[in-house]
Amino acid sequence: MSLLHTPPNRPTSTSVQLMTTCLCDAFYADVAQATVEVLEFLGCDIELPEGQTCCGQPAFNAGDWESSRKVVRHMVKTFTGDKPVIVPSGSCAAMVFHGAPLAFEKEADLPEIQALANRTWELADFIVHGLGITEWPGKLKANMTFHRSCHLRGSRSPEAVATLFNSIEDLTVQPIDEVEQCCGFGGTFSVSFPNISEKMGELKIENLVACKPDIVGAADMGCMMHFGGMMDKRGLKTKRLHLAQILRDSLKNAGKI
Amino acid sequence: MKTKQKIDTVARDLSDEVHEANFIGAKMKSERRYAALGRDYADPDKLRETAGKIKQHTLEHLDQYLEQAEASFTRNGAKVHFAFDETAARQKVLDIMNEKGCKSMVKSKSMLTEEIHLLDFLEKSGKEVVETDLGEFILQIDGDHPSHIVTPIVHKNRRGIAKSFEREGLGEYNDDPETITRRARAHLRQKYLDADVGLTGANFVSAESGRIAIVTNEGNARFCMAANKVHIAMVGIEKIVPTDRDLALFLNLIGRSGTGQQLTVYNQFIGGPKRPEQPHGPEEMHIIFVDNRRTEVLASDCREILRCIRCGACLNVCPIYRQSGGHAYRSVYPGPVGAVLSPLLAGNRFPQLADLPKASSLCGACNEVCPVNIPIPDLLLRLRDKAKREGASEAMKGTPKLGMWATLCSQPSMWKTALTMGHTMNYIPTQLVPHPSAQSWQGTRKLPKFQGGDFRKWFKNRKKK
Repeated sequence: MSLLHTPPNRPTSTSVQLMTTCLCDAFYADVAQATVEVLEFLGCDIELPEGQTCCGQPAFNAGDWESSRKVVRHMVKTFTGDKPVIVPSGSCAAMVFHGAPLAFEKEADLPEIQALANRTWELADFIVHGLGITEWPGKLKANMTFHRSCHLRGSRSPEAVATLFNSIEDLTVQPIDEVEQCCGFGGTFSVSFPNISEKMGELKIENLVACKPDIVGAADMGCMMHFGGMMDKRGLKTKRLHLAQILRDSLKNAGKI
Repeated sequence: MKTKQKIDTVARDLSDEVHEANFIGAKMKSERRYAALGRDYADPDKLRETAGKIKQHTLEHLDQYLEQAEASFTRNGAKVHFAFDETAARQKVLDIMNEKGCKSMVKSKSMLTEEIHLLDFLEKSGKEVVETDLGEFILQIDGDHPSHIVTPIVHKNRRGIAKSFEREGLGEYNDDPETITRRARAHLRQKYLDADVGLTGANFVSAESGRIAIVTNEGNARFCMAANKVHIAMVGIEKIVPTDRDLALFLNLIGRSGTGQQLTVYNQFIGGPKRPEQPHGPEEMHIIFVDNRRTEVLASDCREILRCIRCGACLNVCPIYRQSGGHAYRSVYPGPVGAVLSPLLAGNRFPQLADLPKASSLCGACNEVCPVNIPIPDLLLRLRDKAKREGASEAMKGTPKLGMWATLCSQPSMWKTALTMGHTMNYIPTQLVPHPSAQSWQGTRKLPKFQGGDFRKWFKNRKKK
């Protein structure tokens, strides 16, 4: 798959940099916090580059590549060194290792962009393929469904997410209908195409809650903000948790942290 | 107030009936496709990659393979023509018909002839043309256009079709699908026999042997040429594959990807007119290779789209196509492939179709199912960039301006201030947010509570411990 090939042979280490993502920075503090707690449980030493803002994806997807490159250049300046960069978001990770190099195809500083791309990991991918954890030592008595965020597509993340969830004691993951269907967010897409986006969101929610799960999970707060925001508007109270929160909560339940 | 793109408006205004037909049709095909590929091949992705590489290789040496194909067809006794644009392509067909004194034509389905508006042109030139694919025939009597590459009338239901048949004098109202099909068959059978010339497209062309390969489920392409003296095949130059052996791979993929069939019902290989020892078949075969901006596309950074084998898999799986239908794309090729191909083939009318590449949430499903592994989302993104650089107005509608945002994201101190100030957002009622698109968004979604800077504070304090 050419869409989101994860770069091969990425450096792995327990000394890492955390890319918070702008959504967690602005809206979802607990997701970022859970990511830190999970990584620290795994023995990671975490550096949080102060100047970080956003990965540049909104402008990239909107076709404003000039603005996007401005943000990406700032990101590259902020994440210096050679430690692995961990992102608790499939779409931000994909932006760094696929989108940014595409936007810099004809630019002189492509090698610097590529270097950052080559050491960037989505969280589940890092835990499973970077640190080699294939059994998650957590425990969580719940019935859950999971939204496979589109930007995990073509990477090793969906497989990593499944590995982690399937090994959590007492956690049941129910398959959902039409798993390949997008939730309809797509960043500015949801603003430019509001009717289609809404219809897609409705379909997604229908499939996600069909089995009346205790938890709806996702590995990307972008999708969660979209279908979660629709669930809130409709008064659907099903709990929604990010992958990092599920991993952390299950550790707490098992008395590991 | 909503900021809407054209496709979005069509989706909103689509009748429930048409929406359901589009949606169910697309969904069923996708399910069958996944089942057929997964059942028969241990590693379908490898197959898709191989097929993509063969097509890419052919495109990169297209001049060479075109020459080889020309030589092979000529050796087989076929006449080879090249048409640079749609005007030349249409005229070539008319010239052949006039030269042979042909008045009527039966034709099988071809998206290329839709692209160059051949039917209209021939009818205006006084020729009778009959579409023989059942779906295309229904479109023709209704003066309608295909809404899907493979199943052109996915948007229609049998009740509407029965009414059209009644109106056209094809019997009393009867919406039984088998009756409809039998009536069409009886009607078309005479047309095959009466026609002077048969026109087909080609799904693939083998440069090695000078053969075209055509797949249908109705066998109509075969009838279009069998009973006629003249057979014209109209082909886009990108349809070439190097060898006959490659056909095996592509025929296996096209059926499974398009309709979920292991193999399309009729597969034909035509390598020229009938030979003296053969009792039946066309006495002349003309093959017209059409460029119509394809070399321009080949020179662009979206050339991978020319690998497309028109299987329609990307349409069926595309959430936007499912919600809006093919006509929303205002061009011959709908869905994800159309969103790339149509603006490219439009030449200097690019700005008018520059909104099409925006009609995607970039979910990547199209790339995942594409039998020739075209990175469609990347190509959509490249076209968005092109549209922005060229200031194409259709593309700009409804897209927020992001220059200020980029400045904010490049200044950490400004960013942090904005995060802290953002807390006031929690106290502003939605209806007071000044941007119309923000209001529309929040009509059906709730924004989460603002927590700007909270995580950073937590992280800092934790480190101090």
